[in-house]
Amino acid sequence: MNMPLAKTTTSALAAPSPASPAAVVSLPKSSRSFVSDTLLPNLRALAVRVIPPIIMVALIFAVWQILCMKPGATLPSPSRIWVDAKDLIVDPFFVAGPQDIGLGWRVLTSLQRVAVGFGLASVVGIVVGAIIGQSVWAMRGLDPIFQVMRTVPPLAWLPISLAAFRDSNPSAIFVIFITSIWPIIINTAVGIRNIPQDYRNVAAVVRLNPLEFFWKIMIPSAAPYIFTGLRIGIGLSWLAIVAAEMLTGGVGIGFFIWDAWNSSRLSDIFVALAYIGIVGFVLDRIVAFIGNIATRGAQAN
Amino acid sequence: MAYLKLDHVDKVFTRGSTQSEVLKDINLTVEKGDYVSIIGHSGCGKSTLLNIVAGLTDATQGGVLLEGREVNSPGPDRAVVFQNHSLLPWLTVYDNVRLGVDKVFGSTKSRAERDEWVLHNLNLVQMTHAKDKRPSEISGGMKQRVGIARALAMEPKVLLLDEPFGALDALTRAHLQDSVMALHQKLNNTVMMITHDVDEAVLLSNRIVMMTNGPSARIGEVLEVPLPHPRKRLELASNPIYLKCRQRVLEFLYERHRFVEAA
Repeated sequence: MNMPLAKTTTSALAAPSPASPAAVVSLPKSSRSFVSDTLLPNLRALAVRVIPPIIMVALIFAVWQILCMKPGATLPSPSRIWVDAKDLIVDPFFVAGPQDIGLGWRVLTSLQRVAVGFGLASVVGIVVGAIIGQSVWAMRGLDPIFQVMRTVPPLAWLPISLAAFRDSNPSAIFVIFITSIWPIIINTAVGIRNIPQDYRNVAAVVRLNPLEFFWKIMIPSAAPYIFTGLRIGIGLSWLAIVAAEMLTGGVGIGFFIWDAWNSSRLSDIFVALAYIGIVGFVLDRIVAFIGNIATRGAQAN
Repeated sequence: MAYLKLDHVDKVFTRGSTQSEVLKDINLTVEKGDYVSIIGHSGCGKSTLLNIVAGLTDATQGGVLLEGREVNSPGPDRAVVFQNHSLLPWLTVYDNVRLGVDKVFGSTKSRAERDEWVLHNLNLVQMTHAKDKRPSEISGGMKQRVGIARALAMEPKVLLLDEPFGALDALTRAHLQDSVMALHQKLNNTVMMITHDVDEAVLLSNRIVMMTNGPSARIGEVLEVPLPHPRKRLELASNPIYLKCRQRVLEFLYERHRFVEAA
């Protein structure tokens, strides 16, 4: 057992002889500590992911600064934005007056609308998707309509919803709803249609009733598809809310951009864009994260 | 009166204007506690036959009687062990078995009794140790054991096995065959098994139903296997009755009803 390492290496190189019993060689025990074993590789992995984007952002800012520094430039440079909109960047949650509030509050107002509109779209979309996924005739009848409807741009719905609701807030929510529901319906339907016949047979033998079948077989089996639809849907909602708020007014982040444009505060618009981008990214990641947890079982087979 | 009776079962598949007759005039009776294998070449409609008994497919003519009552929809009284296990991947091993138990015994057994019954059935197939694992975390043989436990836990009147060992390697298959044999010995349930493995059929069953080639497959011959239970794989290898039965089935399959490609 305690053969010197060098000797084992030479005997391993020699032709294997069937007569000699196999010896288990214990490698010298590693003397590396927690720092070199766990901490450093993790830090390195983190650095590999974080440093390149930081460098790229710095580069973009530098080029932007150079391009927009000369007098007469139409757009503000990063340093200009910092001077103009420092209060918006530094403190997202200040309240200085009824229309002079931090961008964090505005984003929250918009998120509230998205939550209601997207929440409704999720529930209705999954139920409708389940129905048309189950029924060949519902599929044949409704699918062409959905395929046409989903290509209508979100803002085209706004005049109709304003006319119907006669109020800006429900109209904005309706635009979110109608924009995000199509990918949810279509993906759910595809997921339901792709439920393996095996699972249907199991449900039939066990005699699950339609409601149990929906909760115990359909939803978990179609979950990966459903979450793909939800992820596309949340992205579309965030696209639609900004556009809708620009036209309906009120407190949201979309209206803020419109207001800033009307009062020629270009720097504020850039800050608002950064907020919108970051929030959209976070929303996407949240839905993806929930999806990963919820579909842990369904994907593995 | 026969326990399970297939009465003049015909099956015709219709697609558009073309009709193909798969099964023709199948008559079969299975007594309580019997172990019947159905063997035939692939494509002869033996899986269709099992699906008709399970109620997953409707017979075109004739019907299936269980204890004198016609059955034409699926139900837990004819639980199926599927060829590819068909465990629900998002449920644990325990929950897969529990799903059926809750439906079948929801009104007759208390919560604690159902829990105990699930564990009892997992114990029968020696899978208690993996009860909290998901199907993706256990081997193919283990999945099939859980599939058997799920079916047994519904206390079926007839246990239907659809090529249950087809997807397993030879060693696992032999091990699982022994388990199924022991379970049949212990529970004395009525079993109908589809197989294409001659040794498996002779080893496990009391009767072997041999199907002719399709289309319009019929029951060609029914062979009794007069070997006493419990049977031991190794001792049977040289047993003259075993060898004779095996010979009969081989002759049927490879001489009289040789599989013809694209027949």
